[in-house]
Amino acid sequence: MSTVLDNLDLVFWAFVHTVALFLISGVLSLLIGTLLAAMRVGPIAVLRRAVATYVAIVRNTPLLVVFIFFRVAGPRIGIQFNFVDIVWGDLRMNNYFAAAIVSLTVYTSTFVCEAIRSGVNAVPLGQAEAARAIGLPFGGTMREVILPQAFRATVPPLASVQIALLKNTTIAGIFGVAEAFFRMRGFTNDFPGDRLGIFITFALIFVVLVEVVSFASHRLERRWSAAR
Amino acid sequence: MKRIRFKAAAAAILLSCSLVACGEAGEDGEGAEVAAEEDCDGKFEDGSRMAELAEAGEITMGVRYDQPGLGFKDAAADVPTGFDIEIAKLLVADLCIDPADTSAVTWEETISDNREPYLMEGRVDLVLASYSITDERRELVGQTGPYFITGQQILVPSDSDVESIEDLQGEEVCSVSGSTSIERVEEEGAVPVPREAYSDCADDVLNGSVPAMSTDGAILLGLAALNPDELKVVGPEFSEERIGVGYPKENPEMCEWINGVLEDSFEDGSWEEAFAATLGESGVETPEPPTLDECQA
Repeated sequence: MSTVLDNLDLVFWAFVHTVALFLISGVLSLLIGTLLAAMRVGPIAVLRRAVATYVAIVRNTPLLVVFIFFRVAGPRIGIQFNFVDIVWGDLRMNNYFAAAIVSLTVYTSTFVCEAIRSGVNAVPLGQAEAARAIGLPFGGTMREVILPQAFRATVPPLASVQIALLKNTTIAGIFGVAEAFFRMRGFTNDFPGDRLGIFITFALIFVVLVEVVSFASHRLERRWSAAR
Repeated sequence: MKRIRFKAAAAAILLSCSLVACGEAGEDGEGAEVAAEEDCDGKFEDGSRMAELAEAGEITMGVRYDQPGLGFKDAAADVPTGFDIEIAKLLVADLCIDPADTSAVTWEETISDNREPYLMEGRVDLVLASYSITDERRELVGQTGPYFITGQQILVPSDSDVESIEDLQGEEVCSVSGSTSIERVEEEGAVPVPREAYSDCADDVLNGSVPAMSTDGAILLGLAALNPDELKVVGPEFSEERIGVGYPKENPEMCEWINGVLEDSFEDGSWEEAFAATLGESGVETPEPPTLDECQA
């Protein structure tokens, strides 16, 4: 425990990396996942099939393999993110960080897509028919009628997906991002006598972070369910 | 990755070839051929751990599998190769166990995080895994030596202008997650980029993801030797790692024995031979043997 207290600034910046990975890829995966879900239920057959294939492939691939693709195979075929270089304090958003964001987003958006699709299915068919009857095009139907209701139904599964994402960020620790898992391993190597304390502290901080996410989702759920 | 793996495999095959079969290397017992002592009856004090091991005729050594030159195991090989392994063989042979007999000697892979737990649980009998001697580790396990002193350098692309770690202030430098090397990189003012293995870092230096990588010079030379046209090792050593042997803390009698074997190897030239056959291959000159630490009684 004392190891963590003695190196609070290092721990802080490690978790800043973790949270930055989570927030950026969380927002991106929600946006892209929603777009994918819309295409998945949309009227264009080609898009429907393309998204179904994408979801089938990426969702069934271990996240580690997605990371390896962007970190090992990617650079070989010219997929590099060397143009990304943003520094804020000790937070380094460099090519490794960008590759981690892309991997996490590509992976998580498939889960978001499927969660939202389940929400869309929960909206009674009459709603879509009524929307079309008053002359709304597909985009309008989704934006004004279907998705707002679908989102309400999918807050709990979306929260689960985002919590999984938060914990998945630790994989970035072996792909060049100095986040919490990397820092924990550094500590356990340097201070072998304090391993238990180090593990417990890092686990506790993760529990706290996850609790924040699930608290936010509970509030959202309560607020939105009242409007229904 | 594939290309590098292949090169690594090819290099390992060439290396083992030069050690064992090809030419005169094998004749004077250089490297891989270490003969076991014949008679261990009464050699060790009754009840000591050494006597137990010699009696059992079996030993488990904790070594690295991923560090060319120090401890490296080719996927196809039975026994790992490297300087750590050669020193381990000397210790094994002194217990009248044949180091080449894989049924008597188990080469267990240890990584940075599990060396102390493995020793404490008794899963391995000794650790020779580029194991730096530190005070924190000595609280948990016994460590003696050093049998090798190395320092951290940097590996850069051949066309790089970087001359030392000072040129990399605030720049990304790759090393292995959870290693002492990456901590030093950070202390020197560079930005740590953690990867899982040193070969991953070398790969990233080659594909331009990161301007440099850093760890013990000996390991870097091994990596540079796989891509001599594209990579080079530069800079003065900016740290001192004292590589020693780890043994269980409850068997302090092992310290004197290990030091004895190491001292003998310094004197009869087997230490030098082991060095020349492993790290020496990548072009390092054989240094003077280091001075051993006293055993705490």
